[in-house]
Amino acid sequence: MSLVQNFPFFSIIIAMFSGILSSVLNSRQARNVSLAAILITTAMSWSVFQYCLGTGGSYTYMMGHFPAPWGNEIRAGVLEGLTALLFGIVMLLSVTGGMKHIFQDVEESKVNLFFIMIDLMLSSLLALIYTNDLFTAYVFVEINTIAGCGLIMIRQKGRSFGAAIRYMIMSQLGSGLFLIGLTLLYDVTGHLLMSPAKEAVRAIEAAGSYEIPVLVILAVISVGLAIKSGLYPFHSWIPDTYGYATPTASAILSGLVSKGYIFLLIKIFYRVLGQENVIASRIVNVLFLFGLAGMIMGSVHAILEWDTRRMIAYSSVAQIGYIYMGIGLGTQAGMVAAIFHMFTHSATKALLFISAVGLYEVSGGKKDFVSLRGAGNRNPLAGVGFTVGALSMVGFPMLSGFISKLLFATSALQSPHKMMLTIIGLAVSTILNAVYFLRLVITLYARPKRKGSTGEMNEKKGDIREADKTENRNAAETLPGKQHISWVLGTAICGFILLNLFLGMMSQPVVQAIANGLAMFD
Amino acid sequence: MSRKKDNYENSRWHKFQCWLKGEVDPLSAEGVETVVPDLLSAKSQTEASKGQPEGAAQEAAKFEEKKPADILQKKEEAQENCQKEEVQENCQKEEVQENRQKEKAQENRQKEKEERGIRIYRKFYQIMSVILCMGIILVLLWTIAYLPIFGNAGNPDNNEVSARYIEQGLKETGAVNIVTGMILDYRAFDTFGESCVLFIASCCVLVLLRMDRPGEDEADSSDSDRIYEPKNDIILQKCACVLVPVILVFGIYIILNGHLSPGGGFSGGAVLGSGLILYLNAFGFAKTERFFNARVYRCITVSALTFYCLAKSYSFFTGANHLESGIPLGTPGSIISSGLILPLNICVGFVVACTMYAFYTLFRKGGI
Repeated sequence: MSLVQNFPFFSIIIAMFSGILSSVLNSRQARNVSLAAILITTAMSWSVFQYCLGTGGSYTYMMGHFPAPWGNEIRAGVLEGLTALLFGIVMLLSVTGGMKHIFQDVEESKVNLFFIMIDLMLSSLLALIYTNDLFTAYVFVEINTIAGCGLIMIRQKGRSFGAAIRYMIMSQLGSGLFLIGLTLLYDVTGHLLMSPAKEAVRAIEAAGSYEIPVLVILAVISVGLAIKSGLYPFHSWIPDTYGYATPTASAILSGLVSKGYIFLLIKIFYRVLGQENVIASRIVNVLFLFGLAGMIMGSVHAILEWDTRRMIAYSSVAQIGYIYMGIGLGTQAGMVAAIFHMFTHSATKALLFISAVGLYEVSGGKKDFVSLRGAGNRNPLAGVGFTVGALSMVGFPMLSGFISKLLFATSALQSPHKMMLTIIGLAVSTILNAVYFLRLVITLYARPKRKGSTGEMNEKKGDIREADKTENRNAAETLPGKQHISWVLGTAICGFILLNLFLGMMSQPVVQAIANGLAMFD
Repeated sequence: MSRKKDNYENSRWHKFQCWLKGEVDPLSAEGVETVVPDLLSAKSQTEASKGQPEGAAQEAAKFEEKKPADILQKKEEAQENCQKEEVQENCQKEEVQENRQKEKAQENRQKEKEERGIRIYRKFYQIMSVILCMGIILVLLWTIAYLPIFGNAGNPDNNEVSARYIEQGLKETGAVNIVTGMILDYRAFDTFGESCVLFIASCCVLVLLRMDRPGEDEADSSDSDRIYEPKNDIILQKCACVLVPVILVFGIYIILNGHLSPGGGFSGGAVLGSGLILYLNAFGFAKTERFFNARVYRCITVSALTFYCLAKSYSFFTGANHLESGIPLGTPGSIISSGLILPLNICVGFVVACTMYAFYTLFRKGGI
């Protein structure tokens, strides 16, 4: 066994160990340990990805001295390596981009606790990606949930407590349903490891016994993970959670955590329940419809939103809808498109959250449209970052959002019953996306209004907004024309833009790798 | 409704009817005057009823609803009369008054609408949640009917996995207690995850409850029950004198004997933690902190988790690479046996005990 094959295990353990270690370090040391851990794990994921590409296969890794059905096991393949690599990059950029705000938003003595959360979040994401065991998946889902709550509430200001409680309740509901699904699955198959469980499910299908329990397991696991990732009717926790946490936490929660659950769901579909069964049970149609509803309704909510950060959060609802729509198409191409969109969204949404922070900094910390007028000129790099992110979400060519929309549209052509709905949904959602994102982008580069003239945004909102606006304008006028942008934030934004461009222009190898990885799942 | 009945003579409905029947002349001094105080009182009623149960607010708002039509008609007539009698000043005054009243009425109506909307939504929400829960419960119960019968020998979970645990468990792990062997050897990775769940949960509680700002701490110290400690409850202290050593020894026994008899790190740690909490309650923070403070807590937790992490990493690494771990299993049944299980049990026990104690003190005084 070559050394590279140990890397998935090493990366999980390193992330966990750095979390444990951080509890005795001070804030700066904890930050350095955390950044080092993220860097090392990302490098390891890269070599795992390269190794799997080279050998053209996947391998399982025994956690301990006991082989498959008795001991724990993790598994690495092309798709796992790629996802872990991308998650690592996004995590690194989000943490560096929001670094200044971590130290502002979090009490000095609790910063090391924040980095413990980050480390354990990383380890749980890696474990969710690499796991080959259903119960290991559940344990790390728990760590993920608790770390998520911690990341939200560590800000300890305003509505973040309410948001954390909301997140906790919804997540626990999801975890509970997932656990019920696992226990039922264990009852009918007698296995917790994925590969033997799949054989058992196949035997059950062949024998025709336990049809109803298998259907319920499928439904309960899908709904549980859908709640945790924020599919449309279960999205009510998203705007608060993403809107009031510290920027790094928002970027990580929206970009990575929800994607981790979706990845787990796809893994369970392919590696435990069998994609044929999933399609035959028609549960994909349910996911498809909810995904479509999410695409439209998320965008409508985003248009109605006045607070730009909540607007970005609602846009996540729409994008999660896209991913579930891709899964719901029930074809291999649809799944590839969904996974590619997963990558697109995690890169783009994190970029939007981080660059929005740069814009708020130069607008007196206000988040509404009026205060953000001309913010793109005051902080050029953040403005460019936000514009790139917004264009990518809308689906501008050369950016990753375009590729994922193209993949969705082409995969829709292969499933005749859902073709029209998918394409209409894509078209409507794209227009709605354009409405709210381009409105904000235009606002960013608009000239700040002079005194006495009334902004067109404000006419609808009446006198209260008028008063607000005067205050904001005063705040904006006192600010200097251009502010010094911290180089850390700048580097993070540049990194995100490059990642987006890479996914948009070099998409072919990535799509190929995803398709290979999915083929290895079977 | 009751209020209306009590005071029917003064109610707006009665006056409105009187006016319709032509018994009262709206333009006469009395007519105008009676409307104003009545309105004011109605207004004050709505304001007062904000804090009261919804019924009162609803009723008051009902009064308000009837008003606009009433007022409009009055206004028309008033205007006609004004033109006839040319009492312009009077008319203008009235208009101003009525405009103000109309605005108030409109506001109230809007408030009423919102309130009604919220009420309807709440009803709908309650009904839907009950229906949804019942639906889920029914589906799950229905599923149970199709599951394999509990305890049947032919069940799918009686397969080669559990067979090997039972038959070879003792030989492979060296633990007489198969459950401990399973969670700390066969599936040790999951257990490591579980101890990290405890660790991160205690970190979250630290974030929430630890008070770090010195200014606040001093301000609060007069209120916190810390200065009233110890309470010197003689009964509690005497009981604790007897119980605490027994509890601690029992906890240590459960942890150390985890691989031989039922028990292990999680249960033993819980017992140890409860012993510590009892000691704290009886003798107060000052005495407890002589041997258990934040530093000790951190040292114990970190070193236990670090040892667990390193030991298990070594074991995983050698296992996956098919190397000999070189850890002797010892003779099954003796206290020092079963390889890594005993030290791991001790680690888990320490982590659990510290976590329990930390939760308690954090809730008590916002620090360890």
